[in-house]
Amino acid sequence: MAEKIATRDAYGETLAELGKENPNIVVLDADLSKSTKTNVFQKAFPDRHFNFGIAEANMISNAAGMATCGKIPFASTFAVFASGRTWDQIRASVCYPELNVKIVATHGGITVGEDGATHQANEDIAIMRVLPNITVIVPADGIETAKAVRAIADYKGPVYMRLGRSGVPVIFDADYDFQIGKAVVMREGTDVSIFACGLMTAQALEAAETLTAEGISAEVVNVATIKPLDVETIIMSARKTGCAVSAEEHSIIGGLGGAIAETLIDGCPVHMERVGVPDTFTESGNPKALLDKYGMTAADIATAARLSIQFKQECI
Amino acid sequence: MSEYSPDVVRKLEEKANQMRQDIVVMVGAAQSGHPGGSLSAADIVAALYFNVMRYDVKNPKWADRDRFVLSKGHASPVLYAALAEAGFFPRAEIITFRNINSHLQGHPDMKKLAGVEFTTGSLGQGLSGAGGMAIAGKLDKKDYRVFCMIGDGESEEGQIWEAAMSAAHYKLDNLTAITDWNGLQIDGPNAEIMNVNPLPDKWRAFGWNVIEIDGHDFTQILDALSPESRVEGKPTMIIAKTVKGKGVSFMENACDWHGKAPSEEQVKTALAELCA
Ligand SMILES: Cc1ncc(C[n+]2csc(CCOP(=O)(O)OP(=O)(O)O)c2C)c(N)n1
Ligand SMILES: [Mg+2]
Repeated sequence: MAEKIATRDAYGETLAELGKENPNIVVLDADLSKSTKTNVFQKAFPDRHFNFGIAEANMISNAAGMATCGKIPFASTFAVFASGRTWDQIRASVCYPELNVKIVATHGGITVGEDGATHQANEDIAIMRVLPNITVIVPADGIETAKAVRAIADYKGPVYMRLGRSGVPVIFDADYDFQIGKAVVMREGTDVSIFACGLMTAQALEAAETLTAEGISAEVVNVATIKPLDVETIIMSARKTGCAVSAEEHSIIGGLGGAIAETLIDGCPVHMERVGVPDTFTESGNPKALLDKYGMTAADIATAARLSIQFKQECI
Repeated sequence: MSEYSPDVVRKLEEKANQMRQDIVVMVGAAQSGHPGGSLSAADIVAALYFNVMRYDVKNPKWADRDRFVLSKGHASPVLYAALAEAGFFPRAEIITFRNINSHLQGHPDMKKLAGVEFTTGSLGQGLSGAGGMAIAGKLDKKDYRVFCMIGDGESEEGQIWEAAMSAAHYKLDNLTAITDWNGLQIDGPNAEIMNVNPLPDKWRAFGWNVIEIDGHDFTQILDALSPESRVEGKPTMIIAKTVKGKGVSFMENACDWHGKAPSEEQVKTALAELCA
């Protein structure tokens, strides 16, 4: 069993390290610093940590104001509030003027678990990636998170990064070279391309193992940057395999699956199956029970891969 | 109350009058825009740009400059008139307001026009942005001031009161906000649409230093905006009683002129009044 780290923990640690290196980094939170882990930064740099209380809209526009003065604000709260409660602020005060604000949302997706539907952000990627000028990143594990947090601190422009609550298996080596906008082929294959992000990348790798035993060669591509999408890597993989599956902890509408579908229809129309949260509000439960019930396990990805291959063969 | 030399006041009156003419010309040329709330704000914005604020037209991003955020972004004509008069762009360009390819967008766009400190237009956000600038100023130990104008109708937005709380919490005495208290919004008087009063009591209760003035009296405006009017550890709110449409008789206190363009004939009448 691989080691597990919650991406939010990796965020808190990395932020505190960055605080030492760059005095312009400031951190904003909305009464959730213990959960988002910005409290790690706060302990080290209390003067550069600003709690805005339960007032997310104000937090985002304040971050925008700080960015106009050369600060590099990281603003955090739960994904459901970080994207939904503040959408117009992100649109008008951050993306339109292209300000250097990093929105790092924790508790994305259904694995938030027991808190239930009000707290399960299954729509955030869709409503963020539609905004011009924004970069949207969903790291797959603790290592990718740490690297991505460093990368976005160096990058100038609006970023939405989505992290999770629960521990996820470590799948990257410590020397992994994360680049914004670069998808990574985790495992080469020839029969089907599985495009995944977040905790679904580990599940996709597990599905690929299962498929190998059946004689199916699945390619697994980790698409951490959902915007701007690595069109070249995605098209190349789809050309090679001729069919695709997307896997994400998000609604099957508008997220990674939506982005991949848009790309494939432009550059390499192949059959594609989407694994993710169906078009419904989800519910309380432990993360594993939820992934099972809503069809987001390694077994579900494997099923989708077989289906996609079947479609491909029927069309030939 | 301080004494200001007649020259100081006369100069500001001239600047404000020129700005009012430019507002009418701009909105008339575009056949679109918001004259009422631009005219009500003209005297205060003139005082900011031509007496109070420190800035460098040649170096608009100068780190130590004072900043002005027009949170009620629909009043962009008053900001453009001030920026043109200050020399941020040639006055001749005001007639491109709201036209395709113009840097004079319907609502202020900081990427398109130097001198615009914060992109606004979605009401309720600018005061928070100004708060962020004030926090940055404190962090950097700079002595610049941040000014922000909000509307009385805009004050119905919840985010205004979130910003009120955080600016007081973080003791932003380098922030001075102004409410353009013209009593009107789009659908009618504030009192009928959604009562925002008593505004001064509300801001006091939120922990701000509150100053009430006549927003068309330069002595009162300059007094309120002067550094001496600030209170240590508190942000300042100047509640300025104004007349919507001020200076153009047929627009004064008329709700209809919130977002309506004057005809060619009406532009002539308005300019004749302003130049009289
Ligand atoms: C969030 C938001 N809601 C609605 C509008 C449309 N709108 C533009 S101006 C305005 C009325 C503003 O009234 P007030 O703040 O009193 O402005 P003033 O009287 O100074 O022009 C409204 C509702 C907007 N720009 N932003
Ligand atoms: Mg008004």
